[in-house]
Amino acid sequence: MLSRAANNLYWMSRHIERAENTARLLDVTHRMSLLPYRIHETEQSWAEPWALPLIINGLASNYYERYPGPLSPDQVLRFMVLDPANPSSLYSCVQSARENARTVRGAITSEMYEDINATWLEMRNQDHDRLQAGGIGEFFEWVKIRSHQFRGVTFGTMLRDEGYNFIRLGTFIERADNTARLLDVKYHTLLPSAADVGGAVDYYQWGALLRSLSAFDAYRKVYRDLITPTKVTELLVLRDDVPRSLHACMNDIYDILKVICDDSSLEAERLAGELHAQLHYGRTEQIIALGLHEYLMAFLGKLMLLTTEINRDFLVPVYTQQQVMP
Amino acid sequence: MNKPVSYNEMYSADGAVHAHYQSYAQWLDGKPMDYLLQKQREADTLFTRLGITFAVYGDEGGVERSIPFDIIPRIIRKAAWKTVSNGACQRVRALNAFLKDIYHDQEIIKAGVIPAQQVLGNKLYRPEMRGFQVPGDVYVHVAGIDIVKTGQDQFYVLEDNLRTPSGVSYMLENRKMMMRLFPELFAAVPVAPVEHYTDVLLDNLRAVAPAGVTNPTVVVLTPGSYNSAYFEHAFLAQQMGVELVEGLDLSVTNNRVYMRTTRGPQRVDVIYRRIDDDFLDPLAFRADSALGVPGLFAAYKAGNVTLANAIGSGVADDKSTYIYVPEMIRFYLGEEPIINNVPTWRLDRSDDLKYVLAHLPELVVKEVQGSGGYGMLVGPASTTQQIADFRERILHSPANYIAQPTLALSTCPTFCDSSIVPRHVDLRPYVLSGKTVTLVPGGLTRVALREGSLVVNSSQGGGTKDTWVLEE
Repeated sequence: MLSRAANNLYWMSRHIERAENTARLLDVTHRMSLLPYRIHETEQSWAEPWALPLIINGLASNYYERYPGPLSPDQVLRFMVLDPANPSSLYSCVQSARENARTVRGAITSEMYEDINATWLEMRNQDHDRLQAGGIGEFFEWVKIRSHQFRGVTFGTMLRDEGYNFIRLGTFIERADNTARLLDVKYHTLLPSAADVGGAVDYYQWGALLRSLSAFDAYRKVYRDLITPTKVTELLVLRDDVPRSLHACMNDIYDILKVICDDSSLEAERLAGELHAQLHYGRTEQIIALGLHEYLMAFLGKLMLLTTEINRDFLVPVYTQQQVMP
Repeated sequence: MNKPVSYNEMYSADGAVHAHYQSYAQWLDGKPMDYLLQKQREADTLFTRLGITFAVYGDEGGVERSIPFDIIPRIIRKAAWKTVSNGACQRVRALNAFLKDIYHDQEIIKAGVIPAQQVLGNKLYRPEMRGFQVPGDVYVHVAGIDIVKTGQDQFYVLEDNLRTPSGVSYMLENRKMMMRLFPELFAAVPVAPVEHYTDVLLDNLRAVAPAGVTNPTVVVLTPGSYNSAYFEHAFLAQQMGVELVEGLDLSVTNNRVYMRTTRGPQRVDVIYRRIDDDFLDPLAFRADSALGVPGLFAAYKAGNVTLANAIGSGVADDKSTYIYVPEMIRFYLGEEPIINNVPTWRLDRSDDLKYVLAHLPELVVKEVQGSGGYGMLVGPASTTQQIADFRERILHSPANYIAQPTLALSTCPTFCDSSIVPRHVDLRPYVLSGKTVTLVPGGLTRVALREGSLVVNSSQGGGTKDTWVLEE
């Protein structure tokens, strides 16, 4: 298929996945902020959970440019939900996804286009104050459901062709990226002091992290035990039966690349294979010994290399000066 | 209902329903307005949700709108359709012969039927095409012929669109919408299908591939997603099952055209282009075009790729060439025109100019190279001031304009503001050439939604209707 079409399909699903992940994160943050167990030692840190969405998306400086002064939950929500000037807001993600879909509407089914277009039309008519009044949690749920629905429509209607593979590739790369960032941020930024490790705040934060990745019930089922960082790491990094874990994402990414790569794109397949093997044969003890943060940074670095390679091999058209006979 | 001043396609002057509308009228009879209103709303919602939209030039940032759709179909008798169909095909055959002639032997000029200046001095004439053999001698692969009706069997051709005529996606989507909204109607009324349009189009495009190509790769070339007709470009590519490409997706190496795919460069044989000549190739035409493909024209001239429609076909659909089309039909086909032209004054002739300036309030004046209803004056619908302003523009360059009498366009019942009222319509059937010259039984009916208005263009507040050609 056309590289530009593949590029749009890949980004369409990345944008939808990003909207879903951001909605999950905002939802959990919102719920955490309602709990009595939040951090309330100092004047500033009460709102600290609200820094999470900004840090994860690398948006802290954008945010402070737009909203100088102390962090305010309402402003973070305004910034992350409906702000068209923030390219990572839910609004912008859905808008971009729909624009990608519109550009390649011939390459997706009419059901898919109708679905994503309807989501966008509804998103476009949202109003922040009305959302707050109606319970913003409802809205996050809506974004998640629309993302589930779009994936379902895709799964249920689309020809299993190359385009389908690029859509799935985008989904899993975005998801792997997000899970890794979420884990990393929790690991080293949330607790105000080492003394809080293992305390109530710590417990609720790990719980929230698991919930934001729909993995809380999975944790209970698998471990039937207290939540510990080591087990969470195992669950979200190494287990391949948890759909949002790094291992599960890499399984899919590697499988897809094995199908779409040919002789001219062996490096993408090799990189994916390497990352996959690392998760497939990895052990929790090794990760803890190395340090989760270091491990995750290395993972994100390799994922970045992989996406660069995918871009080069399949997606971004290369325009060279062609020699033209007059 | 108001007594129709123009020919009403559904009701005769005494209010009786014309025979070919009987089945529909029976169905409509007794349908409460609330039901129709609900169906109209359903249609509007669906068009928006499905993203069947167009962008209006000059509107804030190219906002997408859905084109107003009217739920009351226009019904055409089989016999009347035969006239339209034969007349439109005849016209396209003559226009195609004209294009072949003016880029080769120029017999029509030598015979004195059309002045050399009219052809060779025309901005849309492409000297680069002289002596070039296009595959199958087909220049006009897709033509939109705008036809109006003024009486039961009276038709006129208003204009020919031979460059990149648009709107056919609405013909197809309108039918789908009607079948979705009123499935029971199609059991009651024998409506000829139009769905095979894209199959016929693809078949014709493949038939004009460069010689020696057995399994040609066809693509649709679009200016991009911000073009007003982007929906249509994407729609046609999807329906034909071919790639929709932009200029940047294509490149030319050794006079061969390739598209960049995930599997490397792939050869392209036929390009259904929806970009004007000027923007196709910055090396051959406008150098500032970012939409085109450098080297495309050279590849075309080398016979390695087919462009549909051919480069240089605009000279035949220019409004100043229009007046010669009946002569072309006689000259090339030896036939009498099945559908007549509207009588036309050319304002570069002083007698015509004098007459037109004296009768502006009665006439329609159009720019010779304008399209889309821009830059035209409809005398009877204009204010004294508008007429005075337009007079200035005419006097500034008379050769830029033609004038025609204001025709009493036929009306069709149309659902407006919860009542059914007559509104003026025209018809654009799409003639396809390649293997043969054909058209599917139907076309795009455009309707002027404002009371009394004669301007049907979507950019000027017009809407569309499904067009039903009866099979018996």
